[in-house]
Amino acid sequence: MLAYTIYLSFAGALLLAVLPKRLHAVARVIALLVALCGLAVALAGFISAGTQGPVAVANLPWIPAMGIHYTLEADGISRVLVLLTGLAAVAGILFSWNIGDKTDDRANEFFAFFLALIGGVYGVFLSVDLFLLFVFYEIAIVPKYFLIAIWGSTRREYGAMKLALYSFAGSAMVLIGLLTAYAVVGGQTGNYSMNLHTLAQYHFSTSFQMWAFPLVFTGFAILAGMWPFHTWAPTGHVAAPTAASMLLAGVVMKLGAYGCLRVAMTVFPHGLDPWGFSFLGIDSWRTVFGLFAVIGIVYGATVALVQNDFKFVIGYSSVSHMGLVLLGLLTLTQIGIDGAVLQMFSHGILAGLLFATVGRIVYERTHTRDLALLNKLQLSKAMPFAAWLFVIAGMASMGLPGFSGFVAEVQVLIGAWEAFPWFAAIAGLGIVIGVAYTWRAMQRVFFSDHPAVTADGTPVPIPEYEPVTWAEKAGVILLAGTSLLIGVYPRLLLDVIAPAVQALPHALLTGGRQ
Amino acid sequence: MIAFASNPVNYSNLFAITLPETILEVVSLLVLIVDLAWLRRSSQAVRMAWACALGVLGCAASAAWLAAHPSLSALDGNILVATPLVAAAQIGILVLSALVLVLSFKAEFSRNPGEFSAIVLLATTGMLLVAAARDLQVIFVALELLSLSLYVLTAFAKRSAQSAEAALKYYLFGGMSAALMLFGFSYLYGLTGTTSLEGIAASLAAQPLSPLLIVAFVLVSAGLGFKVAAVPFHLWAPDTYQGAPAPVTALIASGSKVASFAVLVALTSAIIPPDAHLHAASWAVLLLWMAAGSIILGNLAALVQTSVRRLLAYSAIAHAGYMLLGIAANTPQSGAAVLYYALTYALTTVGAFGVIGIVERSAGTDRMDAFAGLSRRNPLLAATMFLFLLSLAGIPPLVGFWAKFNLFVAVLRAGTLGMSGLILVAVAIAASAVSLYYYLQVMKRMYVFAPVRHEPVPISFIELATLALIALAVFALGIFPAALSNWIPLG
Amino acid sequence: MTPLLTILTVVPAVAAVIALFAGNRAAVARGIAFLSALISLALSLEVWFGVRGGQMKFIERWDWIPSLGIEYHLGVDGLGALMLLLSAIVSLMAIAASRKVAKQPGLYFALILLLESGLFGTFSALNFFHWFLFWELSLIPAFFLIKLWGGERAGPAATQFFVYTMVGSVALLLAFMALFVATGSMDFETLSHMAATGELATAIQGHLGSVSMWLALAVLLGFAVKVPMMPFHTWLPATYSKAPTPVTMLLTGAMSKMGVYGLLRLALPIFGHQLAQIRTPLLILATLTVVAGAWAAVVQRDLKRVFAYSSINHLGYCLLAIFAAALPAGPQTAANLSQTIALDGAVLQMFNHGLTAAAIFWFLTLLEERSGGRLQIDGFGGLRKPAPVFCGLMGIALFSSLGLPGLNGFVGEFLIFRGAFPLSWLSATISVLGLLITAAVILTVIQRVFTGPLPDRWKTFPDLTTGERLALAPALTLMFVLGLMPQLLLGTINATMMHLLGGWRF
Repeated sequence: MLAYTIYLSFAGALLLAVLPKRLHAVARVIALLVALCGLAVALAGFISAGTQGPVAVANLPWIPAMGIHYTLEADGISRVLVLLTGLAAVAGILFSWNIGDKTDDRANEFFAFFLALIGGVYGVFLSVDLFLLFVFYEIAIVPKYFLIAIWGSTRREYGAMKLALYSFAGSAMVLIGLLTAYAVVGGQTGNYSMNLHTLAQYHFSTSFQMWAFPLVFTGFAILAGMWPFHTWAPTGHVAAPTAASMLLAGVVMKLGAYGCLRVAMTVFPHGLDPWGFSFLGIDSWRTVFGLFAVIGIVYGATVALVQNDFKFVIGYSSVSHMGLVLLGLLTLTQIGIDGAVLQMFSHGILAGLLFATVGRIVYERTHTRDLALLNKLQLSKAMPFAAWLFVIAGMASMGLPGFSGFVAEVQVLIGAWEAFPWFAAIAGLGIVIGVAYTWRAMQRVFFSDHPAVTADGTPVPIPEYEPVTWAEKAGVILLAGTSLLIGVYPRLLLDVIAPAVQALPHALLTGGRQ
Repeated sequence: MIAFASNPVNYSNLFAITLPETILEVVSLLVLIVDLAWLRRSSQAVRMAWACALGVLGCAASAAWLAAHPSLSALDGNILVATPLVAAAQIGILVLSALVLVLSFKAEFSRNPGEFSAIVLLATTGMLLVAAARDLQVIFVALELLSLSLYVLTAFAKRSAQSAEAALKYYLFGGMSAALMLFGFSYLYGLTGTTSLEGIAASLAAQPLSPLLIVAFVLVSAGLGFKVAAVPFHLWAPDTYQGAPAPVTALIASGSKVASFAVLVALTSAIIPPDAHLHAASWAVLLLWMAAGSIILGNLAALVQTSVRRLLAYSAIAHAGYMLLGIAANTPQSGAAVLYYALTYALTTVGAFGVIGIVERSAGTDRMDAFAGLSRRNPLLAATMFLFLLSLAGIPPLVGFWAKFNLFVAVLRAGTLGMSGLILVAVAIAASAVSLYYYLQVMKRMYVFAPVRHEPVPISFIELATLALIALAVFALGIFPAALSNWIPLG
Repeated sequence: MTPLLTILTVVPAVAAVIALFAGNRAAVARGIAFLSALISLALSLEVWFGVRGGQMKFIERWDWIPSLGIEYHLGVDGLGALMLLLSAIVSLMAIAASRKVAKQPGLYFALILLLESGLFGTFSALNFFHWFLFWELSLIPAFFLIKLWGGERAGPAATQFFVYTMVGSVALLLAFMALFVATGSMDFETLSHMAATGELATAIQGHLGSVSMWLALAVLLGFAVKVPMMPFHTWLPATYSKAPTPVTMLLTGAMSKMGVYGLLRLALPIFGHQLAQIRTPLLILATLTVVAGAWAAVVQRDLKRVFAYSSINHLGYCLLAIFAAALPAGPQTAANLSQTIALDGAVLQMFNHGLTAAAIFWFLTLLEERSGGRLQIDGFGGLRKPAPVFCGLMGIALFSSLGLPGLNGFVGEFLIFRGAFPLSWLSATISVLGLLITAAVILTVIQRVFTGPLPDRWKTFPDLTTGERLALAPALTLMFVLGLMPQLLLGTINATMMHLLGGWRF
């Protein structure tokens, strides 16, 4: 049943692509309906599957001669991420409701690309045949380019191209790794297959895994925004229109982390083993990538602290939070990986909320993202809804208990403590800096100390802005409510994630040690 | 040994095997006759329509015959063969030529439509023969038939100086490489005593590698490398692709490539029999160097192009590189993969040049900016070009991705190339990633930029329908690549 | 069994949401808040009277996130119930004092109610997650109350408050996560029990190495910032003075107690051994807090800052008692009694100071309203004449703060010194200085504000209205009652502290 998320999205995209231009106001309604159906399917699948193991969704022969099948399966991790995609999709469309007001908004194309992207993302999370996973992964790249290049803002062509090329380069690295693995398995066993389980069960030689793992992991990690391959992320997020930023930071970056876990770590687990020698304290790929993750956490947070463009603050904060996800994955402990997956969900929701505030609610009305200029606008009085929304979203993003981010971060840090104590401490520092930049942004934008004054010293009157639309309210309630719900009762997700993590290959959960 | 003097030629066998070619030749004469006899007073458009229609019918008839009579036979001494794989290549070539003819029936570059169609059919005949040839002499003759026809076709736009210049360059370059190839063939004959590929294979297996043999390889590679536009024999390609009329470029880029790759596969499997080693090394090494050069140079040069035709020319060089890699692997699977790749690439290219022809007709230039805002002027046309370019870039779920994947898998599975194979596959995949940049440039113009003129580009229903059909095929084959596997085995 | 503690925590939160809808109608919002505070007071009284002896009562326990050892575990003993009661009383006083809310009264009262909810949650939690959740959650309303309704330049003060407390919170969080890694539990009672039997030390050593002292210091940092203990106090004077005075009532009356409560509920039980090892430096800091706090109050010119530093001083006595009681293990049966007395004193001091300080700041609010916002100590004088009732009632509160026998402030301080002297005579002796200096401060305030020449502008200083007198009466009455009959509280407190001490090992 879950496969219908994919089919509905692509069908919707196709419908919108051929919709006549004059029906541009209807386009967003169609898109919303499709996204809601997708969310309903995802939710139904999530609830009906409960906490059981992998749920088979589809299994059709595709190119049997090559061992490639159309196999979809949803274990706990996939179900959670599919749910996230559904939520992000609906929210994204709600926050793009103003596209479609005018004819040259090109609403049909916008929502068509949007739904195509969503369809590709659903596909990645559900695929168990690695060829199919790769196909969906690549399908997602082109809509991203066009969403940013056509409807974006700051340096959009540059941002779009950078994003597309980085993603494509990452996927090229993954393809090389996958092809070689496929050839090796087929050559040795005579049974050519691209099925994840088959490849995972095969014992590749350690020397093979030692180069295949970092290649495939890096390929996916590029999309996850791992330092130092993260530079596409802030540029891309800032350039993108709001809904695309929400999706990019919220869901697409999670594709990369998901690929790291599902492909790189599952098929080549021994690539994480110690090398046998140690260089400056680094003794395995696990430590290398862990170090990159931690640097990403702190670097992202520190750079966010000095930004003057509101959207860049959020863009860099995404890099920082994804660093936490990668760190959690690399701890190779049940609790760390649980935390990483929960953080994927939580950050997906919160990034959506933050970008929505910055892009849709503030920028659409004030037409500026410069912190210094926003400071003068007394936005806490002019836009109280946005102010309080950002307070809540910011607190949640900081890791305040009661929201989803806290439990996730705690779990990752506990896992990190067991695996790399030093990194855990540095990550903690990153979280503290996270508090700082969120605070700074909140203060500067909404709670200004120095309202603007005219030349003769009288305060400028508070501008009147458009009231908050129903679509924006609905989107906010959806996202903020979810974060709060999961924050208060994280077992809703953890009970589903934990068994799935437990079912990961044994080598992964023994800390990479035999 | 020269053997045919004592064996009488079996003419019925010859006729049976070459029936497809014969059909084409008859139809080409028919076209000339019809045009001369009945259409003297008709308008240009009507004449072109008739010529193309007849040409298409001829191709269709020939393809139908091939599909209906799958045979496994060979002309005496294995000069020409008819295996399912060869038949697949030939049917593909015929379909491609038919498509080219359909897409050219609105073309206005020529006042001699009858001759145009006839020469296209002659070129197609040459392609069919090349694909089926297994004897050095026949290969040469067929290649010459093909090449001469293409030279003439390139010059067909008599009002364009660019066309004439392109044809001249093409002819000079082509003539020289043909000469070199013949020279190489003569050495091969001298070293092995036979011109049949089978005989050459047997003879080379028994010989040690000699400097003369290496010279022969290099010379032969010159000729064939020219035909497929591989580095370093690619210099004609950008100018020719740019100067020739759009349908002709489509033909050069599609059918002739398929035929040439088919013969390269055959030649390679002759020169590198399964258990040979010394000879194997040198020919394969040659192919690998050409492949590497083509992949790298083709992709890098395409990055800076501002003319869509030149961009596709350099991309053609790159694609030739990928296919050469597949040929160097030299297993039945890799041969089939190369053929699959060549056919689907050719199909996509025909579509792409079809679009270019239409856009050029209204804009008068082939610069990328002519495509600006095309998605708002002609959404369907832009969508087809979108699919073609994405397929060329290797983005799923289109057939181009599948063809690349299949090819790389075949190379890795073959294992005959060892580490260099793996490295080249990695380079190829990386280069594909780079190629997205320049394909995106055109797509960006179509979808992101605002149009300079807002009225739709004039296009006839048949052209649009054909392009849509090709795009649909590109998409459908991408989702169900196994649809072709009746003819071209996968895996 | 009704989940009384959950209801107690939730009622203010729900009322906060309702109050938000009141928007700009100040009277409605204030009414809702007042009603909610009264209900909370009633509930907390019920809790108080339900706690007898030293055991945990009103326990609620549910699974929440088992994989992280997180349970929904609430319960109160005498200590917790007393703090709940204090929070309810101080919140009621703060709401009563908030008569003139400059803007957005709905939001203002909503934030105060949320703060109250946060306080209730912290004092009734027995699992770290729940406790930490409310600890952090109470920061947010406090920040916004200071920032949005404070005087000019309230922004930086609010930020400083938030940042300091956050740093301490992060330290706490890391320490407890480490404890979880070592023991698999986040439950206070379990951890305390493990610490007493020595299991905790083994567990920490086994999982993490020799980091027990670091963990103890981290936890200590978290609370040291909150109480505050010198030298982590620098955020306090600015925050107290810039915050709107009713909010300062809450800050000093209840929020500062969160720190001391934390030391009693978390630090001493779990890290008692480590604290005992660094007892001497801690005692030095506590003494410093007492004396320097009082001394700094002397030189202040702004009345709010005077009492801000005075708060530091008063809570310093609690620290003195706590650290004095953390005696390293050994044969000391006699000391056991002193420990109990000292801790009794600390707990009682928490309650009494909360009550008294809230009352004093209430008076300062009234003073502020009448003087048009100015609270310079030199700006007043001779107010005895135009406003005798005001001076009389404020005098009661001031003398309580000074520690006059017969008023509630005396008992706690007496017990603290009675208990601390045998345990650490040097610190206790030096801390007596604090008493003397505080006396000087209070008397100076009385002299400068109430006696002396009356400036012309204050000739028409309005006295307390009947409404105000009625509003203040309960608090002042309570000061007398508790001063004369401290056993009303001490019975339960003593039983609780004896029970707790029995379970701790230093």
